[in-house]
Amino acid sequence: MNSIPESRPQAGQEQEQEERGSSLWHDAWIKLRKNRLAICGLVILLLLCLVSLLTPWIAPYGYEEQNLLLGASAPSAQHWLGTDIFGRDMLTRIMYGGRVSLTVGLIATAVALIIGVLWGATAGFIGGRVDAVMMRLVDILYALPFMIFIVLLMVVFGRNIFLLFFAIGAVEWLTMARIVRGQVMNLRKQEFVEAAYSLGLSQWTIIRRHIIPNTLGPVIVYTTLTIPSVMLLEAFLSFLGLGIQPPQSSWGLLISYGVETMEEFPWLLIFPGLTLSLTLFALNFLGDGLRDALDPRTSKD
Amino acid sequence: MALLEVNGLKVHFHTRDGLVKAVDDVSFSVDCGETLAIVGESGSGKSVTCYSLLDLLPKPPAKIEGGTALFDGVDLLSCDAKQMRSFRSNDIAMIFQDPMTSLNPFITIGEQLIEPLIYNPDKTRSQSRDNARLRAIELLDEVGIINPEARFDCYPHEFSGGMRQRVMIAMALINEPRLLICDEPTTALDVTIQAQILELISQLQQKRNMAVIFISHDLGVVAGIADKVMVMCDGTVRETGDTDTIFYNTANDYTKKLLAAIPEGAKTLLSRVQPEAPIIEVKNLKTYFRDYSKALAGAGSAKRFIKAVDGVSLHIQRGEILGLVGESGSGKSTLGRSILQLAPITEGSVHFCGTQISGLNPRQLVPWRRKMQMIFQDPYASLNPRMTVYQTLAEPLLYHGLATSANIDKQVRLLMDDVGLARASMRKYPHEFSGGQRQRIAIGRAIATKPELIIADEPVSALDVTIQAQILDLILDLVERHNLTMLFISHDLSVVRYISDRVMVMNKGVILETGDTETLWANPQQQYTRHLLESIPLADPKSERQRLARSALSKVGMQGEDLEQRFRAEI
Repeated sequence: MNSIPESRPQAGQEQEQEERGSSLWHDAWIKLRKNRLAICGLVILLLLCLVSLLTPWIAPYGYEEQNLLLGASAPSAQHWLGTDIFGRDMLTRIMYGGRVSLTVGLIATAVALIIGVLWGATAGFIGGRVDAVMMRLVDILYALPFMIFIVLLMVVFGRNIFLLFFAIGAVEWLTMARIVRGQVMNLRKQEFVEAAYSLGLSQWTIIRRHIIPNTLGPVIVYTTLTIPSVMLLEAFLSFLGLGIQPPQSSWGLLISYGVETMEEFPWLLIFPGLTLSLTLFALNFLGDGLRDALDPRTSKD
Repeated sequence: MALLEVNGLKVHFHTRDGLVKAVDDVSFSVDCGETLAIVGESGSGKSVTCYSLLDLLPKPPAKIEGGTALFDGVDLLSCDAKQMRSFRSNDIAMIFQDPMTSLNPFITIGEQLIEPLIYNPDKTRSQSRDNARLRAIELLDEVGIINPEARFDCYPHEFSGGMRQRVMIAMALINEPRLLICDEPTTALDVTIQAQILELISQLQQKRNMAVIFISHDLGVVAGIADKVMVMCDGTVRETGDTDTIFYNTANDYTKKLLAAIPEGAKTLLSRVQPEAPIIEVKNLKTYFRDYSKALAGAGSAKRFIKAVDGVSLHIQRGEILGLVGESGSGKSTLGRSILQLAPITEGSVHFCGTQISGLNPRQLVPWRRKMQMIFQDPYASLNPRMTVYQTLAEPLLYHGLATSANIDKQVRLLMDDVGLARASMRKYPHEFSGGQRQRIAIGRAIATKPELIIADEPVSALDVTIQAQILDLILDLVERHNLTMLFISHDLSVVRYISDRVMVMNKGVILETGDTETLWANPQQQYTRHLLESIPLADPKSERQRLARSALSKVGMQGEDLEQRFRAEI
């Protein structure tokens, strides 16, 4: 729905670009637009973000409005998705939860992505001792038990939402760094990198222009897998006391509460679960679409 | 009736871009004791033809649309999977192009060899492990593997390329096939090893009275061993005939084109060597690499080095094309990279235009980099797959400030004209081009910075003969027009002779011999050079047969051992 008005002005731009020769990103956008599933995923994600953004104005109830008399009720005309045991409206709580979950998912993943890609690319590209030192640091962080790390953070810094991003970012970038490093070590020996050297390009230019674009495939796939896992990790951290506290909600928290009362009030699990699944599907379709779009070797249909 | 009779074979590929008629109405026959060579450029359908006989094509996209292939009276194209397995294991064998990838690296070669004996689908023919082992050792001996009993338990990486191809041949022969299909079995090998493998195949064929189908893109290779030649192009047969007819009396234009493309004879252009101070002067250059494999194997604390380049001195005059010849592992590529400061040098000095450039740091090197460029061997690996032609060519221009963002489009277009690329393909990605066109892009990138020296590392060895000829002519043309100096590295002596003013022969990291091209050809001083020159396959069946007969007298095995040891010493 959203994509149709968007695509009109782009078409004119494409004509112009073709004359001048285009870039990887531009070609990727043209290709992505033709991929229905990916666009579907993109639209769903945009809608979810939009809803979360507007929640304070469009939510039917307040997120902490309780109705203890009502208690847990099944979906009805007043409460479309039912209410929880305190009589709070589920739709409202899912909408508010989306604000937290999407922010955490996107920001923490972005942090992990940026650190991981740069770290891995640098280590893999320079190699030798630098690589050894950088990767041993990764190993040390890997080895650190996550729980102890979190507890330490809380002891030192107290409860803070930014600590949440930091904690998640600190864990998730490790795997990204390893994936990217492996890719880069492989790419480094390719002749086109050597050709770039013989042109006299600086190392940073080579990394930026020749190395990183060629690692995008696995990076994108891993990113789309990271976002949902980060959202669930947030629930675990909130449970430990780091992150958000009731009566605030997040999808992860709603799901973990829903699990407890799964037998009596299944809607408390089903609706947040469905929302998370929808996000996950949308992300995967978009991720696959992006991966194909950013690889010029997949045919141009 | 012949052993194999193929009639009206049609194989189509149903791809996203539409229907590709990979093989279109191909007919041929081959009989016991006969060698049929199928010659054609890449994409001509020669491999697809043979793969379809053994049902080795991926289906889809491939689909056999028609035709018959009668092997001993049974149609290979319509038999069921079980029958096909039996044919594959007992009657028809295949040798693949790349011996480096066609053996399983995790299984000893012995184990791989006896697999078809132990697991024969025809239970009456399967053998016990001990018998299979004896048979395999016997065969390894026959294909020229020294000390086969010990080598039986070695892994593929412990063999050199030529030795692996021998193992592949042994594997193909183990069930005494009646038809052997060789798919470019020597393309990945050095010229001396190629000569040995060709000899081996023709000896084995005579001994066993096998039918052989020999696929190659190189007419020169098949001249000595083929009885019949079939020339293919774009999925169709252009010409079939006796080897002599094809080579000496062909009426077909395409065959003539193929024959004409084989680089032959001396350089025709006048040399433009300018006898001033040499543009590049290399003194006692040494490039060593730490040998990690042996250090790990516990050879003691003594550091071991691979002496890739061991004390090389050379100079190149302005305007000269210096050919550098050697087999794989001779250190010729490392020498080229060391001169360009792409590989760290251990000792010695490199002077460029009178300035010492060895030992400069990367920042100091930048202005010099512009003046020395490299063309790489594999046009598939040397271009960034995610950059369009435009981006690839614009990068050096912008980086070295040779163009501004205002006139960059024009500059790139000029560059594309220079190397013969269509301007319309400016925004395409490398994978959309053929190998020859990609090499043009790579050459374009190299000349973009208006360099004075170009080091070309096997720039044509990954290309088809006709394309090879075009690229060589392009290089000669560019050298002439842009007043370039070139170090041309190649294992292919005919190519080097065609292009170079002066030739250096390199082996084991040292220069054995240097001389003017024609002088060296006429009167090689070193035994090694003579051996190299004798191994060049000639596109002339009569002299090629004589050459094969001559060298068959000298002991094949001895050379094999010598080369193998040399290889192991270097790795």
